[in-house]
Amino acid sequence: MEPFIIHKGKVAGLDRANVDTDQIIPKQFLKRIERTGFGQFLFYDWRYLPDGAPNPHFELNRPENEGATILVANENFGCGSSREHAPWALADYGFRAVIAPSFADIFYNNCLKNSLLPIKLPKEDVVYLLKKAERPDYELTISLEQQVVFDDEGFTSTFDIDPYRKQLLLKGWDEIDLTFVYEPYIIAYEKARS
Amino acid sequence: MAPKTIIEKIWDEHVVYREDGKPDLLYIDLHLVHEVTSPQAFEGLRQKGRKVRRPDLTFATMDHNVPTVNRFVIEDEVARNQMTALERNCREFGVPLADLNSPEQGIVHVIGPELGLTQPGKTIVCGDSHTSTHGAFGALAFGIGTSEVEHVLATQTLWQHRPKTMQVNVTGALAPGVSAKDVILAIIGKFGVDFGTGYVLEFTGDVIRRLSMEERMTICNMSIEAGARAGLIAPDDVTFAYLRERKYAPKGEAFEQAVEKWKQLCTDEGAVYDRVIHMDGSEIAPTVTWGTTPAMSSPIDGTVPHPEEFATETERKAVQLALQYMGLKPGTKMTDIPVQHVFIGSCTNSRISDLREAARIVKGKKVAPGVRALVVPGSQQVKKQAEEEGIAQTFIDAGFEWRDSGCSMCLGMNPDTVPAGEHCASTSNRNFEGRQGKGARTHLVSPAMAAAAAIYGHFVDVRTLYKEAVR
Repeated sequence: MEPFIIHKGKVAGLDRANVDTDQIIPKQFLKRIERTGFGQFLFYDWRYLPDGAPNPHFELNRPENEGATILVANENFGCGSSREHAPWALADYGFRAVIAPSFADIFYNNCLKNSLLPIKLPKEDVVYLLKKAERPDYELTISLEQQVVFDDEGFTSTFDIDPYRKQLLLKGWDEIDLTFVYEPYIIAYEKARS
Repeated sequence: MAPKTIIEKIWDEHVVYREDGKPDLLYIDLHLVHEVTSPQAFEGLRQKGRKVRRPDLTFATMDHNVPTVNRFVIEDEVARNQMTALERNCREFGVPLADLNSPEQGIVHVIGPELGLTQPGKTIVCGDSHTSTHGAFGALAFGIGTSEVEHVLATQTLWQHRPKTMQVNVTGALAPGVSAKDVILAIIGKFGVDFGTGYVLEFTGDVIRRLSMEERMTICNMSIEAGARAGLIAPDDVTFAYLRERKYAPKGEAFEQAVEKWKQLCTDEGAVYDRVIHMDGSEIAPTVTWGTTPAMSSPIDGTVPHPEEFATETERKAVQLALQYMGLKPGTKMTDIPVQHVFIGSCTNSRISDLREAARIVKGKKVAPGVRALVVPGSQQVKKQAEEEGIAQTFIDAGFEWRDSGCSMCLGMNPDTVPAGEHCASTSNRNFEGRQGKGARTHLVSPAMAAAAAIYGHFVDVRTLYKEAVR
């Protein structure tokens, strides 16, 4: 996994609640057997018109959001299906972090496995960031080490993250390798139960 | 010893390793696998030269992509590749597979219980959010992503934080015509699509105790639509009777011993949940969704709401977008919404009792002109049983299409989809935009409500039909 330490990037706003993983990556794109190449299908049904042309009304198609690497959205982001194709598509599109007041559990976990940092911020901070994101030049910096999000205009907000997951992200470690260190405990558990 | 909830009992029983500042390393008793979320996980194992640690605790089937007519002719090449990949992966890694030729094939959450793989007290995972279904047996069952699928294949464990616990107490009694589906839709309608985030739910109360195993599965299945990590129901005699003689359940003396152990799986007197919520079952009506989340629903005798009725700006905006997508006007009676498609199936409502319930409504009647109606049994075993009982013929005589088993129109990954702008009465679990096809307008309902909509061409209050039947 690619480590996540610090990231500075442009912010795109998606002012919607309960964005489900069916919207993030519709089912017709789940048939591939690779982990890569999903970015082109991100938000497909919102992003493209029936004739295949980009939908000019969709938030990410607005010129000011071009090249954004940080997505800000509303409550319960990533609800619904467990498809890890959702974070794969967001990361492949170029996002390094998603900020929202709350996330669905499975999606949140899936992001952490793919070096896409899900950040829970208070609602009022999200409202502020959604407003700021309307500007084409608005950037945020995210430090995972410090667990802080800030801009160059005085905004700063801290966030929580599980210390174990934080370590894995900072180091970019493969979790399965790490779990093998605990194999004696797994063997002992299996013996005790058999 | 301090009193514990059933959730804590199962959790503590499965902790392999615990250390401060870390999630618990949790042992997984059963790993169910399907074709869509597993190929990248097997590929990961292959790249690192890893094995499946416990193929004997792993079980695979094909369900999401499977055509439900001419199932061996898969025209979609990418879908076919995914199924071929599963066959190859199962062969290479020694994982048992119920493939399209198997009489045991079906939706993964239908066949797990049917085969007796699902048992009380087990930890069960699958790369599918509706894994919560298995909680109906008093198992701790939750959906995981593909990276976690790979982790479980390699280690038979997962690093997991201890969940918060919530009691969902459903008291009273259900009126005739009100089903388990209506109970869970009403709960989500009242408390929202994310009240369960971070929690495992335990459903309790008189209403839950009186439900059959299949009805309990419907309730637990949709726990994820409340955002819950899992939902479960403590096992009782109904559970044990269901499991007796199932293929993979213990047999003879071993079964009796297992039952004694399973009886301990209950929440102790005095145990404390992190949150408790109540629902009066007597107040629940047959429920229909009008929007694009499972919480956007109304009793059948209600109307489509106005965005102004909602408290926050975020909600008002969401309702406005939903009504626009659904092509519905505020104030429209739910019974006036016309239906062009009916889908009876999915891991929520495709079991034999669901089909029996729908067939009672359909018997001797015809599907309304202009309505296309499908019945997709949850498994090949359900299909066979329905054919033996004559239920299949009831549907066919009424003009329903009778299909092979699979996920089908619940998510339209196979050719079964709903065209843009058309309304579908569906017994599935998600009414998200585009779920059943781009622009498709999904209304979630119970099997009886779906069957009635097929006959009348619009939604009908099935309570009136039951009253007629009683007279």
